[in-house]
Amino acid sequence: MNELELLTWARGTGLNLAIGLFLLGMLWRLVEIYTLGRKPDLAPPRKAEGATGWHTILRRSLSPPGMLKRSPISYIGGYIFHIGLFIVVFLFAQHIKLIQSLTGLYWPGLPSQVIDAVTVVTLATMLLVLFDRINNPVKRFLSTFGDYLAWALTFLPLLTGFLAAKHLLLPYTAMLAIHILSVELLLIALPFTKLIHVFTLFASRWYNGDINGKRGVPV
Amino acid sequence: MNKEETLLDHMEREGLSRRTFLKYCASLASLMALPPTAAAAMAEALGKAKRPSVIWLPFQECTGCTESLTRSHTPSVEGMIFDMISLDYQETLMAAAGHQAEEALHNAMKDNYGKYVLIVDGSVATGLNGAYSCIAGRSNLDLLKEAAQGAAAIVALGSCAAFGGIPKANPNPTGAVAVSDIIKDKPIVNISGCPPIPVVITGVLAHYLTFGTLPELDKLGRPKAFYGETIHDRCYRRPFYDQGKFAKTFDDEGARKGWCLFELGCKGPVTYNACATTKWNDSTSFPIESGHGCIGCSEPDFWDAGGFYKALSTPANPLKYVGAAAAVGVAAGAAVSVANRASKNAAMAAHEKTQLTDLEK
Amino acid sequence: MTASLQKGINALKEVIDAPVASFFSSCVHCGLCAEACLFYTETGDPKYTPIHKLEPLKRVYRQEYTLLGRLAKMAGLAKPVSDDELEAWSELVYDSCTLCGRCSMVCPVGNDLTYMIRKLREGMAVSGHAPEGIIMATKRTVDQGGPMGLKWPAVQNVIKHQEADSGLKIPVDQAGAEYMVLLSSMEVVNYPEYLGALARIFNKAGITWTLSSEAYEATNAGIQIGNSDLAREIVSRIVNAAEKLGVKKVLSPECGHAYMAIRWEGPNLMGRPFKFEVVHVLEMLDELRAKGVLKMKDKLKTPVTLHDPCQIVRRGGVLNAPEALVREVVVEFRPMTDHGKMNWCCGGGGGTSAIHEPAAEALRFTAFKRKKSQLEETGVNTMVTFCANCRITLEEAIDHYEMDTQLLGLTELLAEHMED
Repeated sequence: MNELELLTWARGTGLNLAIGLFLLGMLWRLVEIYTLGRKPDLAPPRKAEGATGWHTILRRSLSPPGMLKRSPISYIGGYIFHIGLFIVVFLFAQHIKLIQSLTGLYWPGLPSQVIDAVTVVTLATMLLVLFDRINNPVKRFLSTFGDYLAWALTFLPLLTGFLAAKHLLLPYTAMLAIHILSVELLLIALPFTKLIHVFTLFASRWYNGDINGKRGVPV
Repeated sequence: MNKEETLLDHMEREGLSRRTFLKYCASLASLMALPPTAAAAMAEALGKAKRPSVIWLPFQECTGCTESLTRSHTPSVEGMIFDMISLDYQETLMAAAGHQAEEALHNAMKDNYGKYVLIVDGSVATGLNGAYSCIAGRSNLDLLKEAAQGAAAIVALGSCAAFGGIPKANPNPTGAVAVSDIIKDKPIVNISGCPPIPVVITGVLAHYLTFGTLPELDKLGRPKAFYGETIHDRCYRRPFYDQGKFAKTFDDEGARKGWCLFELGCKGPVTYNACATTKWNDSTSFPIESGHGCIGCSEPDFWDAGGFYKALSTPANPLKYVGAAAAVGVAAGAAVSVANRASKNAAMAAHEKTQLTDLEK
Repeated sequence: MTASLQKGINALKEVIDAPVASFFSSCVHCGLCAEACLFYTETGDPKYTPIHKLEPLKRVYRQEYTLLGRLAKMAGLAKPVSDDELEAWSELVYDSCTLCGRCSMVCPVGNDLTYMIRKLREGMAVSGHAPEGIIMATKRTVDQGGPMGLKWPAVQNVIKHQEADSGLKIPVDQAGAEYMVLLSSMEVVNYPEYLGALARIFNKAGITWTLSSEAYEATNAGIQIGNSDLAREIVSRIVNAAEKLGVKKVLSPECGHAYMAIRWEGPNLMGRPFKFEVVHVLEMLDELRAKGVLKMKDKLKTPVTLHDPCQIVRRGGVLNAPEALVREVVVEFRPMTDHGKMNWCCGGGGGTSAIHEPAAEALRFTAFKRKKSQLEETGVNTMVTFCANCRITLEEAIDHYEMDTQLLGLTELLAEHMED
């Protein structure tokens, strides 16, 4: 198989399989998790301003008082690489084109030099948070193979995409094929790793905000 | 045609000055990124060269490659190649036909055995033992094998000969393959393109005639001098790509402003060829400059690479499994959900009201 | 003795729900919950990371309620939770967790870890892995009425003294009163002035109230050990008495877990809403303050700071009343940097103050360093709070560290400065 055939497979059958498996896995896991349900709370709720699950979904993105200085890398590094990933994935014209072909939605992108800069910053930050995971005693204590795998699954698409765009390491066609394949790997693995937090964090924050909100505490 | 005449002799007879000849050698050398001394070497070698025999066999082709070579607007540059070589067999151009033509072919092969350059355009049909494409009752497959035996080098001209081309496109009913799929024991240069740029053809031939060797080739057997960079890396519209300015339809404002054609399916990033620098029709234009994305015609299997108007970052084929995958996913989730419900109910049924003695073992 | 691993696992299976599943699926091992937990911040030992405390619950969830987990268990690839493991986790789930709720406030993916610790305790309790101190407190509560074994005659004694001190009648078993008042043993035994203060406040406000001889104990060890059956038995005494007396409201005292037990867990334990309203004493006081009934004749001149009991403020939702009331009765109030719903635990809640093992006590004193530095940062020597358990815990620690901090109860403080 030559490079163009690999690329065509990655863009064709590979993508088909990956998206299919991703949907399959996600629906399975979401149904599996949320059909467990929960018992209704019979205690009369207390009303308080801004104390609902919906508020918490947004509010929990901010660092709670006193926490930023206790763990600056968690917050700053976390914000940078998440926002960076968002920008690279959703504001790069070539990716927007992909999303358009899948969903019909379209929006303007950022110039590719901006994306380049964001990519480099994000790559560096991801290395920093990896270092922190190994260095910080709590993170090191908690971390399992799954954490490092999730990091690699997220890092590789970013790295290979950058290498492809910059014509580094391998010729473009091969590098692009590898980039697309790495994204497919990420998609397939996502529902079965902690990366599923991308979707479940909304419900988790909502539950938290709802449980505490009913007691009148905005969280 | 006098075989003993040198090229210079021939040119003088035709009224072409030595100056024109030197200019041609210089421009060829620079096109192939050869050092400045190469121009002089080329001029000297070519000038003294006897005109070698070239046999041109057409297989499953559209004749576009021949057209490309002969439809040059300026007679001198590409046309001169016909002065440099002795084209002993070429079906479109030769005057002879029928048995006379076949006799010319066999004589040329016999007289120049081991020394002639074999040019092939069109793919080789292998289905039904090669019956899909025959000349004078003999299959292309047989003809190729026979002609290759006495060839010093083979030029697979055009994407069909180089990679299989359009006949090989899905579902490939004739079993079309590339020349290099059949011949394994001769030097082959793949001059891909649909058709290839004329000066690429002449440049390679000139190199061979000058140095007696094929130029440096890439992994796919294409001369690096012309196929070493992608269209994307030499495209004049690249700044628009980098700025994120894309034409979204063929006649919108972006298109009229000459913005990048990535979103309209341009395969420039994955296509290696010289179109963006050398261009076509005497450097008049090339597809992107004329407002149409590159279709990747110098790459293998470009017909099956997901559609000319599908951007590279979009799926090559429409998604097929989405509905089925979603259904299976929900079913799996539902099945677990039912099992979970049963588990929980069993646990609740097994619940014994806690007594104080239950707090200690 | 009939505790068993099987009962424990069964209990966990009963309580795992969608939030638990969502929380475990969302955890990204960021470790921020540790940075919010005083047992980690003051010891630096990562084993006190809240999500790590929940490990057995996570494994039961995965092995019982996920397809891949079930398959892994069937294939022998997943280790089932063992008795030894639960034993090892006892320290993590009880000694080093007060259910203070700070971890739930900070988790970036929104996990309510406190919610899950409460559920894990259901499994720990009936598998015999709760600490002995808490088991004893639970036994005393169920058998004798309260965790300290306080019986009605002892309470009557206190009533008599407080009536004498205040010159007011303290009603008992009065049907139709507006409020049925609950007490915590800790208060009755250690801070009996609280009852006298209440008497004076009710008298001033002209509110009818009563104690119940059948249900005077507010604390619920069942909540702390984490067994809903026993918690239900304990709370039903209050519910039955209050509904029998036909009171409109039940007043929950200055005791953290008592409020959680009756106000928030109560109706869910009973499986039905109550026929009365549950009010925390500070809520009532704040209402009176807002109406202008609670006028102060003077104010405390020394600057004070406020310790917010976790179960009342962060976990209970009584957010605004405490500060409003403090400001009513002091000249200078200096809140702690992390105040209100972000305040740090005293280290004694959730049943930990009932664990008398040396290691547990040493851990509590270490954890107290957080409160100590909060206090030092404010630069004041007087701390006000409103939970008897916090008061005991804080006083023991203040003593241990030889600090000269004065600790005051809020209700008593208000009563002291109240106009007659």
